[in-house]
Amino acid sequence: MNEDLSPEYGPRWSDQRVERMLGALVCAVVGLLLAMIVTVLVRAWPSFSHNGLAWFGPGGSVDEQLNAIFLSGQGGAEYIYTFHAWPLIWSTILITGGAILIALFSALFVAVFIVEFAPEWMSNILQPVVRFLASVPSVIYGLIGVVVLVPFIGNHLVTEGQKESVAGIISLTGYSLLAAITVLTVMIAPLMVSIFSDGLRSVKPGWLEGSLALGVNRWRTTWKIGVRTARPAIVAGTVLATARAIGEAVMLAMISGSVGFAPNPADGLIFIFEPSRPLAPTIVKNIDQLSSPPANATLFAIASVLLFSATLFSLTGWLARRSMQKYGSA
Amino acid sequence: MDSSVATPPAPPPPATPPPPQGKDAVEGSATWRLSDRVGLAICWALGLLFCAIAVAIVAYLFVQGIKFLKPEMLVTPASAGFSQGESGGFSDALFGTLIVATMGIALALPTGVGIAVWLVEYGRPTALARITESTIESIAGIPSIVLALFGTVIFSSTALGFLSRTSEGVVFGRSFFAASAMLSLVALPLIVASTREGLNSIPRHVREASYAVGKTKAATTRRILLPASRPQVATGAMLGLGRIIGDTAIIIVLLGATQNFAPVEDASFPLNYLRGAGTTLTNFVYEASPTGNLNQPEKAYAAAFVLLLMVLALNAAVDVVHRRARKVGTWSS
Repeated sequence: MNEDLSPEYGPRWSDQRVERMLGALVCAVVGLLLAMIVTVLVRAWPSFSHNGLAWFGPGGSVDEQLNAIFLSGQGGAEYIYTFHAWPLIWSTILITGGAILIALFSALFVAVFIVEFAPEWMSNILQPVVRFLASVPSVIYGLIGVVVLVPFIGNHLVTEGQKESVAGIISLTGYSLLAAITVLTVMIAPLMVSIFSDGLRSVKPGWLEGSLALGVNRWRTTWKIGVRTARPAIVAGTVLATARAIGEAVMLAMISGSVGFAPNPADGLIFIFEPSRPLAPTIVKNIDQLSSPPANATLFAIASVLLFSATLFSLTGWLARRSMQKYGSA
Repeated sequence: MDSSVATPPAPPPPATPPPPQGKDAVEGSATWRLSDRVGLAICWALGLLFCAIAVAIVAYLFVQGIKFLKPEMLVTPASAGFSQGESGGFSDALFGTLIVATMGIALALPTGVGIAVWLVEYGRPTALARITESTIESIAGIPSIVLALFGTVIFSSTALGFLSRTSEGVVFGRSFFAASAMLSLVALPLIVASTREGLNSIPRHVREASYAVGKTKAATTRRILLPASRPQVATGAMLGLGRIIGDTAIIIVLLGATQNFAPVEDASFPLNYLRGAGTTLTNFVYEASPTGNLNQPEKAYAAAFVLLLMVLALNAAVDVVHRRARKVGTWSS
């Protein structure tokens, strides 16, 4: 472009200069992300190097370990780093996995309903509802969980016998896996519904019509043709929702029970009433320990695990969505 | 056309009515197998369940909010007190939310639009464009608690001491500046995605027409493309705003654990508040909930109600922008 031709944008806003300015901005944001990854890993290193792979394994009580780590940083004594995060990781897996399974099932049905089967008035109601549920702040979900769901579980679903059977180990008050999974499902299902229904809408109508013309009914057509074609969108939505669920900190800090305890499914159905604490809420709960160097390293180690897994999931979701574009949506 | 001469006029086709249009043209579920109809019933049940959950949340908070929200809570700051009636309101939290939202979006909007313009209009070298795209996607997936921890490292560095409280060479690193900067990263991916969508929907010939009258690429972007994608930019900004208002983890970590403004002493009016610690509505709800340090559930309801009103207003605004954009219409090629 000849920059002299544009009177209002002289050489000050020439194309080359604008391109360079925007390029610098982009590089700065990319650099910031790299700096973040490096910083978190460097800060986390002492904790990982002292524990090795045992960091991820079970052993001892997590809460006592965290406390010892924090206190060792306060006095002049030697720092303690011993930390076995398995109960926290196991709790993250149980809560995220449970919520994703339920949300996947219900979001798929709701997305199919919105796109194919709902009468117009119904989908006109459902779409804003889904958008609203996705935009409610997590702390409001947490508050409602604490004041409504947790007392309900504690007073009505858990029997006295169950409370007594585990009395020596842990108290069942309603802060439980069940509460955490329920509220987390409500939080991530709307995200999945919106990505799933985008995918279902972009299925070529000709493919569906071809199936209908063969006499296959609408229900079968939607599931055999529509849902299968939208598979990349379903993978993308599930994976992105998983990333969101892993990183959810505040709501889970409020209702997961905040005990470093690993509920054991082998104990029978009672395990869903047992409290636990996933990785992200552990950071929130211990945030005032950042001033103690070993506690600082431990919290950053937890953060680096979260960062690694969430980035992995969101990049997978991005790749899945790109492959969907390659299919050529209508 | 001689055949038309020979043949008598064809009898009118048998009077079958045209297939009814609209609702009746769609096959009903009456002929389906039982399993398919059960599936449809599940669809209805889950759809109604979603609606019921949304209605329950709104209704519950409206009832509790109207019961416990008193107008003076919006203008009195929180104070120490023995009962919930004595300990003031949450005006500091309300203003904190407004400050954080303004500063966060003021940082995120230009950055996000700039990145989107670069990705769509320039995007060379291609490798950098790929890296940028995946960077934005990763930022969208990073838990905000991790962003917050990273923020404590950056803003505690001595070089950035002018952005927060400093005492005897130790930088506190918790301030409105720190929290807003990290919150802008939360909003960034939404703004980039929405702006890109808007720019991509503008067909090529519009750009070519502008180049043909001698406008530079920069002038075309500024005068033609960005105004044309204003609805999408606005949508992205409002979605980002919703995320900023709703985020709690970053506020808990980076705004200091106070319930009031804590301005620094060695600065003049706007800066002393912005460099100091504070609180927002989300943080207030967290602390005032039964699991928090304050444990004043009545005020948690009131604050959550105000927060929910903000979210509802933002949702409504997004709807209005969408509807208006649709009325203006799309590009015809």
